Amino acid sequence: MFDIKDLYQEVIVDHNRSPRNFGKLENADTTLEGFNPLCGDKLTLYLKTANDKISDIAFDGSGCAISVASASLMTDAMKGKTLDEAETLFNEFHNLVTTDDDYDAELLGKLAALAGVKDYPARVKCASLCWHTLHSALQGDNTPVKTE
Amino acid sequence: MNKPDTANNIINTPATFDIENIRKDFPILNEEVHGKPLVYLDNAATSQKPKQVIETLDAYYRESNSNIHRGVHTLSEKATAIYEKARDKVKEFINADSTKEIVFVRGATEAINLVAQSLGRNTLKAGDEIIITELEHHSNIVPWQILSEQTGAKLNYIPINDAGELILEEYEKLLSDKTRIVAVGHISNALGTINPIKTIIDKAHAVGAKVLVDGAQAVPHTRIDVKELGCDFYVFSGHKLFGPTGIGVLYGKESILESMPPYQGGGDMIQMVTMEKSTYNVLPYKFEAGTPHIAGVIGLGAAIDYVTELGLEAAAQYENELLNYANEQASQVTGLNFVGTAKNKTSILSFTLNGIHPHDIGTILDGEGVAIRAGHHCAMPVMERFNIPATARASFAFYNTRQEVDALIQAIDKCQKVFN
Ligand SMILES: Cc1ncc(COP(=O)(O)O)c(C=O)c1O
Repeated sequence: MFDIKDLYQEVIVDHNRSPRNFGKLENADTTLEGFNPLCGDKLTLYLKTANDKISDIAFDGSGCAISVASASLMTDAMKGKTLDEAETLFNEFHNLVTTDDDYDAELLGKLAALAGVKDYPARVKCASLCWHTLHSALQGDNTPVKTE
Repeated sequence: MNKPDTANNIINTPATFDIENIRKDFPILNEEVHGKPLVYLDNAATSQKPKQVIETLDAYYRESNSNIHRGVHTLSEKATAIYEKARDKVKEFINADSTKEIVFVRGATEAINLVAQSLGRNTLKAGDEIIITELEHHSNIVPWQILSEQTGAKLNYIPINDAGELILEEYEKLLSDKTRIVAVGHISNALGTINPIKTIIDKAHAVGAKVLVDGAQAVPHTRIDVKELGCDFYVFSGHKLFGPTGIGVLYGKESILESMPPYQGGGDMIQMVTMEKSTYNVLPYKFEAGTPHIAGVIGLGAAIDYVTELGLEAAAQYENELLNYANEQASQVTGLNFVGTAKNKTSILSFTLNGIHPHDIGTILDGEGVAIRAGHHCAMPVMERFNIPATARASFAFYNTRQEVDALIQAIDKCQKVFN
């Protein structure tokens, strides 16, 4: 039975209302912008890495509930992760929002709240914008990210 | 925030407007979305098609399909005849002088590009000026930006006020003997503002400029008389007029079209081709290179028959009444802000909700079966003017009902419940 709450779960509504890690990170060593031309969602990701680990991460910008909650949840999940762990999580998240395959609920934790997005093709980009931005930032690519 | 002015233009539903039977003409209105009846309020993006149009297309492919203007066989003659008959219907519909003034194109977008390139590129030079407005759809901005880059002509914008109306005093300041082209939307797709185009056209002509009117949003809601307006070009798309996608109309005054070089080269637009040189066909064929969208033209003809029979004035009156009702209902929703509150407006309700992004509104409404558009509506300068990334837009057609407005309002209430 169709229920809009499958998409807008409590966790998402909460992270949209009070996004975590929101605001500019002073002395970030990487700053990268992400932009979703279709929706106008815009975010800037601030990243600090040390010893192959994400030591701090934050974001700001504006967008729909899905994009804000996704960035909030992602930044929460990424803090303290090694770069390898970040890559694994990126792949698992991609799997979560674009395929019907089983996902690793333990690894994803709260991120699994975004599973509902895959039933809304137009909204997958909202959820994945911050992830693509992070991915580019970690690859050392400094051209702003655009989802098409 | 501004509230729209509903008090002074309440019009009662015309008694003759038989909404129940009209809805029966549009098969898609029986569809369900997520188990709920479809409430289609995205008419400004594209309108639904009556069975008269669908059946005409079907019959054309079953009984008359053939290429036109080139066969001596019966089918080709039959197809050519209905194709040209449709051109005549368009001519009557907008009261043009001659079918030579009716050029079939892919849509409003192609028509504007055609004029910008064929007329603009060949006559404009550095120092000349083009005037458009802050309200335009991207399709009436970008072709002029390209032209401006190609020729060095300057592009100026008529600004809008907080209600979303053009500031005519600013227009007058922009006009000068350097103005060559004024391109203006008849009705704004983002806000619904009806622009005073007759005044705009007259003032442009007073300085010797040519005027293109983008009628994409106007044609489904008002009777157009190009002779009365006096515009040099009028463009629109079939799909917003209850006809097929991929077909549109460029109306141009004969003498101006005559002076313009072809836009594309190919079959049908020539009289003679030798290896050295070609001579071009007469109007309107000079601008119709290649096999056209024959079925689209014929479908557009059927759509024109449909709205003519229905009566666009009666339909507009009904839509106005529906808009007033929607405005009344929406003003009672706390946290709802109207975007675009022009005095003279067509049936478009653009709004935002405090704390809820338009895309979330769009998704949640869809869950209730209510189709609206959420986004920048291809009018990013308008969004910038109001300092918002996007709006939610409900746009009504004559087949929408008060019950559907109620469904919209209930769905908006649901949005607020999800987020609070
Ligand atoms: C005001 C206006 N102008 C032009 C267009 C472009 O029409 P089309 O995409 O059919 O060429 C639209 C369509 O959205 C419109 O609303």
